[in-house]
Order: sequence, then C-alpha cells, then structure tokens
Amino acid sequence: MTKGLFTPQPGRRAVLGGLGAGLIAGGLPRGAWAQSAPIKLGFQLHRTGIGAGYGRWYERTAQAALKVVNDMGGINGRPVEIVFEDDGTDPKRGAEVVEKLASQAGCDAIFGPLFSHVVIGSAPRAGELKVPYLVCSEGYHVASGMLNRWTLQPGITDVRAQVTSMAPWVMANLGKKVTMVFPDYAFGYDHRDFFTEAVKAQGGEVIAQIAIPPTETSFTRYLPQIPAETEVLYHVMVGPAVLTFVKELGEFYGTGARPQIFGFIDSLEAVDIASPGLEFLEGTHFWEAHNRVKQADAGADEVFYRAAVGVDDNGASISDAADVSTYSHMFSCWETLFTIKAGMEASGYAGPADRQKFVEAIEAMTAMPASQANPQGAKMFNGKTHQVFGHQFISKVEGGKLMRVHQTTMEDGMYPDAVDYSTMTF
Amino acid sequence: MKSLALHLSVLAVLCALQFVLPSYHVTNVARIMVLAVFAMGYNIAFGYTGLLSLGHALFFAAGIYGAGLPVHLLEWTSGPAFLTGLVAGGVAAALVGLLALRTAGVSFMIVTLMFAQAGYLSILYFGRWTGGDEGFPMGAVGRQVLGYDLSGETPRYLTALGLFAVALVVNLVLVRSKLGRVMVAMRENEDRARMLGYDPFRVKLAALAISGLYAGAAGAGYAMLFGYVGATFGGIQYSILPMLYVLVGGAGTVLGPLIGAAGMFYLIEAASEVTEAYLMLVGVILIVGVVFAPKGLLGALRKVWPWLP
Amino acid sequence: MAFGPFLLLALMEGLVAASVLALTASGLSLVFGVMRVVNVAHGAFFMLGAVAAWFVTQWVPGPAAVGFVAALVLAPVVVAGIAAIADRLVLKRLGYDPEATIVATIGLLYILEQAALGLYGPDARPVAAPFDWRIQLPWFGYSGYKLFVVAAAAAVLGALWLVMTRSRAGLVMRATQVDRQTAQAFGIDVDRVYAGVFALGAGLAAVAAVLVVPIQQAHYLMGGDPLLMSFIVVIIGGLGSLRGTLAAALIIGLSDGVISMFFTPTLAKILATLAVAMVLVFRPQGLFGARP
Repeated sequence: MTKGLFTPQPGRRAVLGGLGAGLIAGGLPRGAWAQSAPIKLGFQLHRTGIGAGYGRWYERTAQAALKVVNDMGGINGRPVEIVFEDDGTDPKRGAEVVEKLASQAGCDAIFGPLFSHVVIGSAPRAGELKVPYLVCSEGYHVASGMLNRWTLQPGITDVRAQVTSMAPWVMANLGKKVTMVFPDYAFGYDHRDFFTEAVKAQGGEVIAQIAIPPTETSFTRYLPQIPAETEVLYHVMVGPAVLTFVKELGEFYGTGARPQIFGFIDSLEAVDIASPGLEFLEGTHFWEAHNRVKQADAGADEVFYRAAVGVDDNGASISDAADVSTYSHMFSCWETLFTIKAGMEASGYAGPADRQKFVEAIEAMTAMPASQANPQGAKMFNGKTHQVFGHQFISKVEGGKLMRVHQTTMEDGMYPDAVDYSTMTF
Repeated sequence: MKSLALHLSVLAVLCALQFVLPSYHVTNVARIMVLAVFAMGYNIAFGYTGLLSLGHALFFAAGIYGAGLPVHLLEWTSGPAFLTGLVAGGVAAALVGLLALRTAGVSFMIVTLMFAQAGYLSILYFGRWTGGDEGFPMGAVGRQVLGYDLSGETPRYLTALGLFAVALVVNLVLVRSKLGRVMVAMRENEDRARMLGYDPFRVKLAALAISGLYAGAAGAGYAMLFGYVGATFGGIQYSILPMLYVLVGGAGTVLGPLIGAAGMFYLIEAASEVTEAYLMLVGVILIVGVVFAPKGLLGALRKVWPWLP
Repeated sequence: MAFGPFLLLALMEGLVAASVLALTASGLSLVFGVMRVVNVAHGAFFMLGAVAAWFVTQWVPGPAAVGFVAALVLAPVVVAGIAAIADRLVLKRLGYDPEATIVATIGLLYILEQAALGLYGPDARPVAAPFDWRIQLPWFGYSGYKLFVVAAAAAVLGALWLVMTRSRAGLVMRATQVDRQTAQAFGIDVDRVYAGVFALGAGLAAVAAVLVVPIQQAHYLMGGDPLLMSFIVVIIGGLGSLRGTLAAALIIGLSDGVISMFFTPTLAKILATLAVAMVLVFRPQGLFGARP
C-alpha cells in the first residue's frame, strides 16, 4: 500500500467502498438506501509495530469484503462502514482503541486483531463495554476460557486445532522422531505442547524441543542442538528473522544428509518462497490454512476472493508481484465480516441494544459451508467455546511453489471443550 | 498558599471533568491520572534528585504483578492486592538502589536499565505463573472497591482520582519538607550537600524507594482499574514513557508529570486523527516543543511564575 | 555435535555478532564521548543504513557484489547526511542540553521509523550477499560471507583508529572531547566538530547495518536491539574510550554465544544482563574508563 505519509484522512471514518457501483449493480432504490443509518464496524488494526506486515493485508482484505457486502445490499438493508484504528500491536493501546471504537466512534461491533497479547490485553475492555469483539487471531486464548462471552473467533481456526491436525499426516509420511524449533513465548509453547501431545497419541516422539527467543536474529548456534537421529524437523518461526533462520538452516546442512522438514507457513508469510537463499526449502512441507498458490481444483469462490482482494495466482499482490500476501491468515477478516452479517441478519440487529442477541445468534451457528462468504473452506462453529474449526492443508514446495498434498478433516483438529461461554453472564 | 490553591483547583477540575466529558474521554483521563502517578514517582527520582533511571518499568511491573498475581493465583481482594503491589514497587526500588546507587550518571542509567531488563526477562521465564508475554486478565474479585466494581466508569474514575490526589498531596508535602529540599540539593551539588552533613547515599536511596512506591501504586492501580496484567508493562518503553512525560511536562515540577502524561496521550490522539503516519507528526511536535520549551511545559511556565513547585 | 566443535561454532557466531556490535557501538561511543549526549535515535540510524542498502541494491543493476559495494559506500553517506542535518537543525538549537536532547532524539526516532514504514514498508526484506561461499569445516558448514563481515568490521575499525589517533580531524575530535572550552579557545569550531561527530557516529552504525543486512533482513523496527546493546557496550567499555568499546563488544558478543550453550536462551539472557549490571556496580567507570 503506497499511501502518502501525510494523506489527510477524510475517508478513514466512512469507507463506503463501491457504493455507487452497488447501486447500479444492485438496482436498489436510491431513496431507501440513503435513508438507512449505516452499520458501523470497528477494526482494530496492527498498522504499526511488529504486526504491521499482517495489518496491511488485513486491511486490504477487510476493505475487499466490505465492498462485496455493500454490493450485496449491506446488512439488514443498511450500508456498512468500517472504522480502522491503529493499535500499534500494543496491548495497552489496543484497549484504548477498543474504547475509542466503541464509545467514541459508536461502532456496533469490533473485529480484526491478530497478536495474542494484544487480544488478551484488549478483550477485558470489550467485555466491560459489552461490545461484540470478534478476533482474527488463531490464538488458543479464546477457546481456553481466558476471555469473556463477548469475544468470539468465528473466522479462523486456532493454533491448537492446527497443530493437532498435523500430527497424523506427519507421523505417517515424514517420520516418527521429531525435533521442534519454536519461538520462546506463548505462541511457541502452544505449538510445543499441543504437537508433543498429538505426536504421542500417534505413536511418535518429540525428541528435542529447541526454544528460540523471538528477538533472535541469528540461529546458527541453535542448530547443532538438533539431535542426529531426528527424522522430522518441525519449525514455526515468527518475526522479521525467519528468512535468516531458513537460510542458516540451509547453510548448516548444505547438500548433505538432512531430516525431513515440516514448517508452518507463519515462518514465511509475506515472503516469497522463491527468494534467493530459500532454495533449501525445495521438497519440504508446510502447513497452510489457505493455499497461497492457486491450486488446480480451485473453485469459483476462490477465484472470486482472489480477484476481490487483489491477489494473483501466486498469492502476491496483482499490482506488485514482489508484495506477497499473508494468505493463511487474512481470510479471517473476510470470513469474520460475513459472519457478522449473518449474525446481524439472524438476530434482526437494529442497534447497540441488540448486541447481546447478536452474540447469541453467532453462538447458535454450527456448520458453515464453503461459499463466497467462506472461501477458505467449510467450517464448524462451536458456540460454547466461541471457536470455529475447519480444514487445514499440507503443501509441498515444488519448483519454488507450494502445492497442496493433503487436506485434513475438521475432526483431525478437534479437542475437548475447555469452557462453555454460553452459560456465562454477559 | 498560591501553590496549594493551584493544586487543589487542579483536583477540583479533574473531579468535575467526569461529568462534562464523553465517556471515552472519562476513561482516558482515568488512565492518564494513573500514568501521571507513575510519572510523578519518576519525577521524584529524576526531576528532584537528579537520578536518571532507565529502570522504572521494573517498579511499575512489580506493582502490576504484585497486585495481579495474588488475585490471579490466590483470589485475593483488592485491598491486600493493592498494598502488595505498592510495597512490591517500593521494595524493588530499594533493592535496586542498594546496588545501583554505588554508581552515578550514565553508569547508573545502564545499571537500572539492566535490572529492569532482567526483570522483564524473568516475567517471561516464569511464564507458567505470570502468563509470560500474553499476560492474563485481572480477575473480578480483585477489582471490587467498597462494594463497587472498578470496571464501571464512575468507580474507576473516582478511584483513579483518589489515587492521583493522594499521590499529588504526598508529592507536595515531600517537596516542601526537609527531605525534599535535601533531594534537590543532591541534584544541584552533591559534594556541597555532603559537606553539610547529609549522606548522599541515604538520601538518594530514600528518593528511589519513594519513587518505587509511586510506581508500585500506579502499577497496582493500573491492573485493578484496567483489568490486564502483561509482560509488556515491564518492557523498555515503560521506562522511557515516564521519563518522556516528565521531560515534556517539566522535570522538577509537581504538576509536570500530569501535564506530560495528558499532553503525550492527546498528542497521539490528535495526530492519529490527522494522518495514518501519526508517529511522524508526534516526533515533529516533540522536537519543535523541546526546542521552544527545553525545560518542559511547566518548566517554561516557571520562568513566568517562579512560585510553581 | 561434540562439545569442541559446538564451542567453536558458538565462538564464530559470537565473533560475527561482536564485530557488528563493535562497529555500531563505536559510532555511539564517539557521539557519547565527544558530545556527552544520549542519542536515542542511534538504532534508527542503524536501521536506515540497512533500509538504504536495500534501496541501493534494488536500483543498481548487475551482479549482487556491485550493488553491495555501492550500498556500502552510499548508505553510510546518506545516513551521515541525515544525521548532520538533524544535528544542525535540532541539537545545536538545544545547546546539546542532555535532557532536551533525549526528548529531541526520541522525536527523531519516531520520525525516522515512521518514514521507513512509509517508504519501505512493514515487511522484513533480504539483501543478497555479495558472494555465495560456503566453507565446509569437518564438523559443520559456515557462511563465508560472515567471515568477510568480521574482516570488514575490523578494517573499518582499524581505519577509524588511525583517523582518531593520527589525523588532524581525530586530534580535533579528541581535544573537543577532553575539554570543550579549551578547544574553543584554541580556535576549534566546536559546532562543526559536533556535526561531524554526530554524522560520523551515524555513518558507522550504517556501515555496520549494511554489513549485517545480507545475514539478517532489513526491517523498520530492527534498530531497537542495536541501540540497547550499543549503550551497554559503550558504558561497560568506559566512556570516551574507543578501545574500551571494542573490548566490551568482544567480551559481550563472544560470551553471549557461549553462555547460551549452557543455559536456555531466556535464562542466559537474564544472567548476562545481571552480569553487565554487576560489572558496573563494582566498576562504575567501566573497563577502560577514567576513575571518577
């Protein structure tokens, strides 16, 4: 996004996106449209800070989804606006932004944040203000019961499900002895704990767990800790240094013997797999939530989604092939917006007094079929834990491109409920 | 007398604001008041005694976790939790001071910074109990004061105001007291103060410990009023923030920290209304501001009104 | 891997880190030592060097080595220029008052980071190394480029040493550092010296960043850690002592790698941090500083 540095923001509050086109295409009577007060949705955006790389694509995807929703006639016949506010990927600022969106901008609901610590820092405020807070975070914190009944995650599966669902295929196809390399903080611990548990259940074993500080910039000295009998090297690195990690892994092993390598695409979101120095990844496997490269069997919904967001068949921006998207995460914004629409329509949402009914309407949702509203695939929502479950994908790097080799079932990733928010008070 | 009237009227204005302002700003002002308490504590160490510390995040975090952990793990109520946070901040500051005050100037700066960093890393290391980088929400049991739930707008504001008022009064009293004047003497000319019979080490340690109590109170208050405990509050930016507030508002003035906290908050708010690149605007304004008012806003005002404490 | 090779690898990695750190910290040492101001934006200058290197290598056609050499020359010059402007426009107006400089450089930091975010973007992007050479030791493979970084840093530091001790400019800088007023009395234009020192300090950080960017990536927030580490190194080494800065960088860089072999990374960092604090508690002037 090449926005000017000092672009004044007349449009920041009122993003009606494509209203004109919608009128012509939808043929709505102009009078009825103009009279309805818009539905205002707040978006807690990581525009600056460590999450800025994701934030940029989250904003684009949300804007694209907004245009589609408005072209379809909005929600309950009312046009929809999204108010974006930067939280700096900071928990303190996140809580302030929730406040600002709910109290000052008068938003009906808030969605969008990704980073766990920001979500956990902001969710209490959303609960106090009694505003629906739909996070796009893939964190286990929602389903773990840590948060409140106003917080939901209907647009993206969580880490526990993702990690658990990988174990069967990895055990069957790559090897039984695993060494895990993960960041030394909560996100990494979720990977460590849930994968170790899932691997044991499949008859395998995690023989080494190597935790790396998230701010680390050089990884070579950790690599000798990988035991020689490792069959599968599992990596999920986050932060700006991931490219270094993969490069140094390549330098360390060279062309000699190496274990099978299985990584989470989190390591390489927004990074081109064909970048120089990543040749080492050829033939290795990755978890993806949404296949970055358009697969041969892609349906009309996938094509529509890509065109709307502005992403080409390789998962990069249509206007700049070097601008690779965060494809396995950003669909959450699209699907969450459509879930908001579905929830508001099911509850007959008219205004903030109906917020509780809106949350209850979402709690009542169960199966979400694959559709234009859910381009990542079919989902199953658990109204008790407020968490959605879906398919995960495993891809192999072939010729510098990620080609899907496996799709998990939703059951592969399911786990016992840890909480029942629906019995809690609002 | 003039200064007492000024400070009392500030408190009166703050009390009145909650009825005048929209609810978004009421919560903001509550937040500003708690952060101003933190900054006032920093001012006692830095503005009055000349101790340039980069480790105050440790004392703030001690307050937050000192209040948060007993509530989270042991279900304590707000009173004991607050006291624990308050004391934790003071004790942390005293312990750090015992070691760090053997140094001065830039070495002191780095030693305090190192202790704060070690503290932050320890929060992460003991993540099983502290929640690590994610943190945890503050349990409702620890957020009840006199039967009122602090998550409600008015109880929150009044508690923040109460905390701020006490901190302000104590600060005024301290500044006028003998200890306060000796602290300033230490900053101005340590050797001369020592020759007059005052022990620099004890004075500075006292200043640092009091500063830690303020930080602990602010931290405990923040956890209870805003409901989130997390490692981010122990990070470097929370050592830099009180320093920035104090410098912008006016180091060595009692109301400077409040002005600085409010000023920085609303500067960021206003800038983000104008542009997405608001940090750039904030940076420019900080630079312009410091060129024209190098002693901070109240520092500049003090040239006109020398009686400002 | 056996203990011996493991230790060797840790030491080699530590040496690379120490070289980059020494170069970055030497810039800060000059600024801190001569001008006695805390430059909170020093890490931002480092980041700008990396970002500038990325832009240069994008625009310069031809093999990677050509682009890299161009970056090595151009990026420090550009960053030094920005620093000189900042000094003239802002720091000079403040009279180099320490507290005011802190606020001003915080403002500068915000401006530079936001500018990088706006012009360069939020992603971390790689820069190709000038050459691709993998050394195969009996126990592990190692990047030849990393060894080049050590050599290059040593060369630049050596050149800096020569300038400081043998040239007139170095003499003028050291004189101003020892006693500003006397230097002025001798006809030295202190303001120009300050601008030059500030620019040189930023330029050194930028050189370090250009050297390190093929190993890491350029990211708009990458300046935070170098800032922190540089300060630690400068003060542990002793204010005003370039030699102390180098020694401290070596010790800290090498020990960081070795300590983390024996403890988990976070615990290792805690211990290293406390060790730094203790060194200063018992020797406040640092390793080579003058006793107060």
